[in-house]
Amino acid sequence: MPEPRRVVVDGNEAAASVAHRLTEVIAVYPITPSSTMGELADSWSTHGQTNLWGQVPQVVEMQSEAGAAGTVHGALQAGALATTFTASQGLLLMIPNMYKIAGELLPFCMHVAARTVATHALSIFGDHSDVMACRATGFALLCSASVQEAHDLAAVAHMATLKSRIPFIHFFDGFRTSHEVAKIAELSDDDLRILVDEKEIRSHRERGLTPDRPVLRGTAQNPDTFFQAREAANRFHLACPGLVQEAMGHLGALTGRSYDLFDYVGHPQAERVIVMMGSGVETAHETVDHLVAQGEKVGLVKVRLFHPFSTPAFVAALPETVRSIAILDRTKEPGAVGDPLYLEVLAALREAADEGLSGFAVPPRVVGGRYGLASKEFDPPMVKAVFQNLAATKPRNHFTVGIVDDVTHTSLPWEAGLDQEPEDVKRAIFYGLGSDGTVGANKNSIKIIGEDTPLFAQAYFVYDSKKAGATTVSHLRFGPRPIRSAYLVRQAGFVACHQFEFVDKVDVLERAAPGAVFLLNAPYPPAEVWGRLPREMQEVILEKRLRLFVVDAYKVAQKSGMGGRINTVMQVCFFALSGVLPRHEAIAHIKTAIAKTYGKRGPEVVKRNFAAVDATLEQLHEAPIPAMVTTSRGRPPMVADQAPDFVKRVTAVMMAGKGDLLPASAFPVDGTWPMGTARWEKRNLALEIPVWDPKVCIQCNQCALVCPHAAIRAKLYPASALGGAPSTFKSDDFRSPDKKEQKYTIQVAPEDCTGCGLCVQICPAKDRSNPRHKAIDMTPQRPLRDAERENYAFFLDLPEMDRKVAHLDLKTSQFLQPLFEYSGACSGCGETPYIKLLTQLFGDRALIANATGCSSIYGGNLPTTPYATDQNGRGPAWANSLFEDNAEFGLGFRLAVNAHRDQATQVLESLRSRVGEELSDAILKAAQDTEAGIADQRARVTELRSRLKTLTGPHARRLDSLCDYLVRKSVWLVGGDGWAYDIGFGGLDHVLSGQQDINVLVLDTEVYSNTGGQQSKATPLGASAKFAEAGKGTPKKDLGLLAMSYGHVYVARIAFGAKMAQTVQAFQEAEAYPGPSLIIAYSHCIAHGYDMLFGVEQQKLAASSGLWPLYRYDPRRVARGEPPLHLDSGPPKTPVADYMRNEGRFSAVEKANPERFKHLLKTAEKVMRQRYAVYQQLAGITVPLFETSEKANPPAAETR
Amino acid sequence: MNLSTRYLGLDLKHPLIPGASPLSDEVATVRRLEDAGAAAIVLRSLFEEQITREQMAAFQHSDVHGESSAEALSYFPATQTFVFGPDEYLEHLRRVKVAVSIPVIASLNGSTPGGWLDYAPLIEHAGADALELNLYRLAFDSSLTGQDMEREAVEVVREVRRTVRLPLAVKLSPFYSSFAQFASQLDQAGADGLVLFNRFYQPDIDPETLELNRSLHLSDHRELPLRLRWLGALSGEVRASLAVSGGVHSARDAIKAVMAGAHAVQLVSALLQHGPEHLKVIRQGMVDWMEEFEWESLEPMRGNMSLKRCPDPAAYERANYALMLQGWRSR
Repeated sequence: MPEPRRVVVDGNEAAASVAHRLTEVIAVYPITPSSTMGELADSWSTHGQTNLWGQVPQVVEMQSEAGAAGTVHGALQAGALATTFTASQGLLLMIPNMYKIAGELLPFCMHVAARTVATHALSIFGDHSDVMACRATGFALLCSASVQEAHDLAAVAHMATLKSRIPFIHFFDGFRTSHEVAKIAELSDDDLRILVDEKEIRSHRERGLTPDRPVLRGTAQNPDTFFQAREAANRFHLACPGLVQEAMGHLGALTGRSYDLFDYVGHPQAERVIVMMGSGVETAHETVDHLVAQGEKVGLVKVRLFHPFSTPAFVAALPETVRSIAILDRTKEPGAVGDPLYLEVLAALREAADEGLSGFAVPPRVVGGRYGLASKEFDPPMVKAVFQNLAATKPRNHFTVGIVDDVTHTSLPWEAGLDQEPEDVKRAIFYGLGSDGTVGANKNSIKIIGEDTPLFAQAYFVYDSKKAGATTVSHLRFGPRPIRSAYLVRQAGFVACHQFEFVDKVDVLERAAPGAVFLLNAPYPPAEVWGRLPREMQEVILEKRLRLFVVDAYKVAQKSGMGGRINTVMQVCFFALSGVLPRHEAIAHIKTAIAKTYGKRGPEVVKRNFAAVDATLEQLHEAPIPAMVTTSRGRPPMVADQAPDFVKRVTAVMMAGKGDLLPASAFPVDGTWPMGTARWEKRNLALEIPVWDPKVCIQCNQCALVCPHAAIRAKLYPASALGGAPSTFKSDDFRSPDKKEQKYTIQVAPEDCTGCGLCVQICPAKDRSNPRHKAIDMTPQRPLRDAERENYAFFLDLPEMDRKVAHLDLKTSQFLQPLFEYSGACSGCGETPYIKLLTQLFGDRALIANATGCSSIYGGNLPTTPYATDQNGRGPAWANSLFEDNAEFGLGFRLAVNAHRDQATQVLESLRSRVGEELSDAILKAAQDTEAGIADQRARVTELRSRLKTLTGPHARRLDSLCDYLVRKSVWLVGGDGWAYDIGFGGLDHVLSGQQDINVLVLDTEVYSNTGGQQSKATPLGASAKFAEAGKGTPKKDLGLLAMSYGHVYVARIAFGAKMAQTVQAFQEAEAYPGPSLIIAYSHCIAHGYDMLFGVEQQKLAASSGLWPLYRYDPRRVARGEPPLHLDSGPPKTPVADYMRNEGRFSAVEKANPERFKHLLKTAEKVMRQRYAVYQQLAGITVPLFETSEKANPPAAETR
Repeated sequence: MNLSTRYLGLDLKHPLIPGASPLSDEVATVRRLEDAGAAAIVLRSLFEEQITREQMAAFQHSDVHGESSAEALSYFPATQTFVFGPDEYLEHLRRVKVAVSIPVIASLNGSTPGGWLDYAPLIEHAGADALELNLYRLAFDSSLTGQDMEREAVEVVREVRRTVRLPLAVKLSPFYSSFAQFASQLDQAGADGLVLFNRFYQPDIDPETLELNRSLHLSDHRELPLRLRWLGALSGEVRASLAVSGGVHSARDAIKAVMAGAHAVQLVSALLQHGPEHLKVIRQGMVDWMEEFEWESLEPMRGNMSLKRCPDPAAYERANYALMLQGWRSR
């Protein structure tokens, strides 16, 4: 057996590498955590990597997983080898096709990074709820528990499906396995060639549809035949386990890595046994080994092939001595007797007993338990707790482990203490920021250790939920044997904190082992560092006798020209201190890795990284540690004292990274969550914040409009409100002839600002004698923090402007309170300014249906919520259903609101005389087309409510609960281009085709932003994106024109950076339009590849180049004899190239292939001119009225 | 009529050369220039600073946002290999070399000592017939003396000279305090040619928006006299051959430059204004003029009006200014 190549890969790559080599057609759709598999496959194909037969597999990105499933189904029917990669809701969307594929006995293997299916909340993390939803499809379900297995069993699945004709889901745990980086033995092409049976491939191909040997499939069968025909395939399902075992045998013989349908490990005479599958198996295996070594009679059955379930094989795997069995499920099936694996095993044991297959001395007691939902940590103490439960005379059944369930008391207690990891496994933890490159450096380190030394290595990364200023925690292990610890590092001998601010925010030493090395990136001399640590940290350092090493990594990085990228510096320190490799050797390896990683990014990047490597060690020092704590300064509290109880009790715990400690009783039972909690999370991300100079300011409010985080605001208020203002609070006379007595302030929220600088960039007001100084300038935050915090608090308490202003425009809109604030969106986000504006204009009466994507993540990813309420407690009611259904979901809101309104109207009419005719008529006939109209109606409804209190009877009570619906509601359907152009287009199109009063806001970043930059149909021609690496060759879908084709849809195309007034106007018109409205909003995005500081400039160029023409199509203009389409941006005047060359997504094409870029640029120009010409013509067309006597609205249906 | 000349050791059939400019960016345009009779061509400068910035920008914007979010480990295709500055430039140089048979002179602007020395051999290796060192640097650093600037420039030329064998031209700005002495230092450091003078992008002020705009105006013949003066001063004083760059818009301008001492005449603005074919017009103009005034070849003409050989050397110096001024006053 030749020594296999050892590679360091994550689970996704391990599986995809096999799949790509064994297929011809790959149809995919991005979904976390499986996206990487499709991306890798596409990238390999783009670069000409072939399958085993010398062909480059075709990779196609579809509009949804349903589309991907249809495509692979077709490819399979036509005799090709096909695969797909998916997870969670994506897998659920494939189910209809999966029934067909299995029913047609098509050999097919898909790879699933198993992920939670959204229920009371979405979760991107791992459990088996998606796979378990596919039990009835007829697919075989084969589970891998580690990265190596994801590689090996992928091959087994592809082998077995060809032999058995049963299609396979090969799955492994999302994140824990899909994203764990580990050293594995690689299956070579030759290995795969030996393993895969060419004859079976030929048979499959020969069964394929072809006009040369035509057959017909997909008939409709009737009661006389369907049933029998369905049973006719039984023998294939029955034969499947044997064929899987055979494939495992072949793989074992070839590689020495043996697998069985059920693998038993543990004491040969075990009395207590756990049965489970997925990554938890590895942790349980490690724990079983540890407990057996301590003399305990425990064991573990690892389930590999869950379906078709082989009862004989399962029973054979169990020791006959077993007295009690715990079946652990990583999914929840409410309402069932138990969770799926439990039920399956229970039934199998019963059948085995009935058939006389089992030879247990005593029939074992069987209990089921649940663990690890949504990647909840599952570690050795929890395994031990399960064994302890099994030792009880009456073990608890239907238990949970890993949480505290103080509501239904299902949870097993566990003791956190057990640490069974051997001494020779080195463990390290790194705390970093997403933007500082910590994760990348650790991936690099693990590759160096794994590929250049005999050591085995493992890395796992934990990210927080924020897009701006996200923290990352890296967990690394390396040791002489394969590492089974599929849980976070619990005791680390090396802890690195890459950001000094963390010492006040995060308990970074929580997992430091006694005597550990603590590496701290600090902007202070070594002797000063101790004094700057909070009391809690000093205590831990002394108590655990840690050694403290410091480096000023930012200084080194700056000097080497690496800016804020401290990854290389910290990596050098890690190698220098950890002693995994001799220093000089480690440095040589680091340099080789740098050259390999960054070589394709240009020699300068390599050169500067080398310089950083060379400059690091002389800056690394051990800091002196005094014998005792020297400060009384403690870590500041997570939230302010005046925060509401829930925020203190729940939100703050989650913010501190200790959400695992919260018991079930802490949570709302149905996913309902309080509004406006983001304001309590003071993240202090900005190094610099804007500072206002009233003398220079022209009071245009543009800064407030562009701010993505509602962190710079404008207020207009009476001078009398200034009493008690803090001494540094700034105010100026409001410059307006009709509001002479009013005061004006621009105020920054110093601790919520992310420092993007968009406000300063947009600010048009310059000091004429010193034009570098604007009305707002970015200024270091730290010295301003305290004073501005106080100023901001005062500002928030100033009275809000009366919403009843005569005319809302760009400027006045910014005096309205934003009800969307401090979200976790990226610094400089191009989407959030639109959402914020929406909440300013309509937030107090809006319902928002939000498609899954960036906007649902920064809109609703815990711990905190950015949607807020006004002083009356009103605000946008927000919900996220799915990715694909948002238009329908929002339509449902509208219909419900209609139902409530109609009922309220009807009841009010029936109570007209009792509540007063004048009031009733005023309410029923109210014009609510202005803020004043809305305010008046609210006043009337308040009056109505007080009159209703005096009335008795069911009608009055009913009206009391409904009367708020007499105030006009505004229904918004918000989502990104992935939703509107691709996966949700069918629904969106349908909703637009109707007459309901809904408003659609498409935040068009022209790419799947949230899942990491895959092309959508909104991606413009010429842009490089995942699945369009060479630059997209076809034009962006013209969603606006499609919507206009209906004639009755209000359509606007906007870009706030290009023309703010048009943006504000479009929002108002769309909302006022009594039918469907569509706003397509240009949203600059980090996936465009440039500094977001210039987002506004790029928006201007997008419009002036003609690539993003601004327009409003208003069907109401038809009746006035005007052209419905109005162009709001002039003819193209700046070259398309000026726009494109500024963005990495386009310039990447030029850098990679200048000739193709030239071609795409010219084509983009041509298409732009053609499209613009069409718009120009449309803008000149009036639609003839052909007036008839018919009324505009058809008679209501019930009159017929 | 013999217009032949020798510049940088290259035998050229006449002195007219399109200078470093966007004219050379497209191979098709280079072919048109050759068809119009260009004797050689200078490619646009390879700017080290631009390459560095481009690489760092591509790195910043593609890699910096990655590995921050559980859902998106990156935002761009991972395996993209980029062609950066030197590679792109060298590839262009190779293609131009294949496309035309006239000598191709590459141009380089380094921002670090290492940059000059790294890129010059690459350019040589890619097949350039000569290299023009574009010594463009603005001395905003108040700690730098004029001597420092000159020393560094001479050092660059000396080091590049040591590193490569191909002919070296040095393109200069007029802003050196004792230009003749500086030029002779460059000559001694191994320059084969001196190009007088560089023209820079200049800042312009928009008084309404209070913005600075960068602009490059095309030259006109009024810029020629400055060049004539220094050509005249250097002609016969340095070993290096001389080229004029800036202000030549007509055959008459070209003749003047040759008389001042130019071995080569670089054309940019005139060709940008009138198209590559204008080179033919200027060349024909030179022939016509020489026929009319009975010059057989350029050789006897070259430098006949230099400081050394002109009838009234004082006219090149201060007197020139004084006399004109006096003349104006007396009217």
